[in-house]
Amino acid sequence: MLNPEDDFGAMLTFDLSRPGRIGTTLPPLDVPEAPLPSNELLRDDLTLPELSQMDVVRYFTQLSQRNFSIDTGFYPLGSCSMKYNPRVNEVAARLPGLADVHPMQPQETSQGALALMHSLQGLLAEITGMDDVSLAPDAGAHGELAGILIASAYHNSNGGSRRRVLVPDSAHGTNPATAAMAGFEVESIPSNADGNLDLDALTAALDANGGSVAALMLTLPSTLGLFEPRIEQIAELLHNHGALLYGDGANMNALLGRVKPGDLGFDVFHLNLHKTFSTPHGGGGPGAGPIAVKAHLAPFLPTPHVEKEDSGCYTLATPERSIGRLGLFHGNFGVLVRAYAYIFSLGADGLRGISEAAVLNANYLLVRLRDAYRLPYDRSCMHEVVLSGSRQKAKGVKTLDIAKRLIDYGFHPPTIYFPLTVDEAMMIEPTESETKETLDAFCDAMLAIAKEAEETPDLVREAPTRAPLRRLDEATAARKPVLRWKLGLE
Amino acid sequence: MNIPTELRYTKDHEWVRAEGDIGTVGVTDYAQDQLGDIVYLDLPAAGATLVQTGNMGEIESVKAVSDLYAPVSGEVLEINQATVDEPEAVNKEPYGKGWLIKMRLSDASELEGLLTNEAYDELITREMEESTD
Repeated sequence: MLNPEDDFGAMLTFDLSRPGRIGTTLPPLDVPEAPLPSNELLRDDLTLPELSQMDVVRYFTQLSQRNFSIDTGFYPLGSCSMKYNPRVNEVAARLPGLADVHPMQPQETSQGALALMHSLQGLLAEITGMDDVSLAPDAGAHGELAGILIASAYHNSNGGSRRRVLVPDSAHGTNPATAAMAGFEVESIPSNADGNLDLDALTAALDANGGSVAALMLTLPSTLGLFEPRIEQIAELLHNHGALLYGDGANMNALLGRVKPGDLGFDVFHLNLHKTFSTPHGGGGPGAGPIAVKAHLAPFLPTPHVEKEDSGCYTLATPERSIGRLGLFHGNFGVLVRAYAYIFSLGADGLRGISEAAVLNANYLLVRLRDAYRLPYDRSCMHEVVLSGSRQKAKGVKTLDIAKRLIDYGFHPPTIYFPLTVDEAMMIEPTESETKETLDAFCDAMLAIAKEAEETPDLVREAPTRAPLRRLDEATAARKPVLRWKLGLE
Repeated sequence: MNIPTELRYTKDHEWVRAEGDIGTVGVTDYAQDQLGDIVYLDLPAAGATLVQTGNMGEIESVKAVSDLYAPVSGEVLEINQATVDEPEAVNKEPYGKGWLIKMRLSDASELEGLLTNEAYDELITREMEESTD
């Protein structure tokens, strides 16, 4: 029996196990007995917990109740677009014709699923203003890798070996990691005092050795939640040197239905369906990171790519100069169905409404919090606002403490210590889903914490006090990670 | 913030203690305070040649991964394996047990171009002011 005070970190199904307890009863054998495989393939020393069905259900239900999710509370994790996951998406994903289709069944018997994928490719191309789309990547960083491999293949096909990828200093860590994974050297380009890319530094980097630059990876709006006003000039600079402009679409929620990256000069752009298009995140479900490309990059898209033949049939094809296969089968199909349902349930006007409300909500937070916390760049933000806890830090309360204290107030903390260009950063993304009352409750909590940092700093430094567990030892977890539990080891 | 007078500093928050042509290198008290709990160090192997301002590995904290830059040029003689194994030494004694690398300086005149303790103090004071105004 589980007790609410128990430390779930230590409680496993094995702790509840009792010898001989069985959770299932098998019916009497009513078919002819078949011989078992050879003895080498069978083992009787496999240690499994022995529990009743009720024990199992309670164990996992109680564990799930410890989880903080978008369904239980406000979750303003910057750059993650923790928005409402509409239930109609789940209805669509559970339709038997979509849920029960097998990836290995013949294409002629899965035309409906292929038609959905083909239609989604077209919708995402329209939304991004690009010419073609691949649904193959299974996550945002997977999409980045696909995009940079495409850039590499494109330059190689033009006979030029380009070894460098430029990345702003405010970039998501996945950008330089992707470039390094794909074998490129990474060069960081600084931001200027307004939080935009430093165009002089970019020009200098390109003038110095533009012929070796494969691409610039740019997030729009940037991780500072700011729109890059000279984006078209940046694209032109790169194109003049034969380099490509890669777009990290993590922040597409700010642009939906209003700005098409293709119109701004991006050559390749990835989307996160689990952010912008409302499919469940991370542990809540697999992701999808489709990439959209201009026509000159379409021949390099990964396989499979859904195409429509003259006969009207849909088929899985391999583009002419494809970078190859990125994963199993057709990507995370269930995620694609949910994104498709989201786009159709909103329509063009609905998608425009998303970006409008997302940007409005973030600016509402900016205005309410700017006196209590330092605003590093004094300008309107897009879908997220980046604040700094540096004033509080000067008085001994760090951003980490503020984040932990938010847990006591019932909120998921924002992204902290990112972007790296802002000291004691707090990156807050409310999304379009929240009501003014929720935003106000969050702001009230943030203002109360700022006051506590002045008057009762220990209260903030000791947080969380109302969570099932107190402050976790993150340093030891990182220094001496225990990644695998073994029976009998304490 | 502790800034020993006998050391020389870089604007990237490394320090070097020169004794003859041997230099001991680490990161400053301010750097470890900014980074928070250090959890991982990636240092060049003994025998590697470092170039002033060039890459000298990586330092990872619970917050972020940062590049390390060589304060002077030279050959790596020894890395502090005890600190690699227990990187909390950098947090506890950044100028003592938490040193990172010993190297043979190839050009001692490079030391002249580094910051004195007063100059480094000014630099971080300015950084702290900029981040709170």
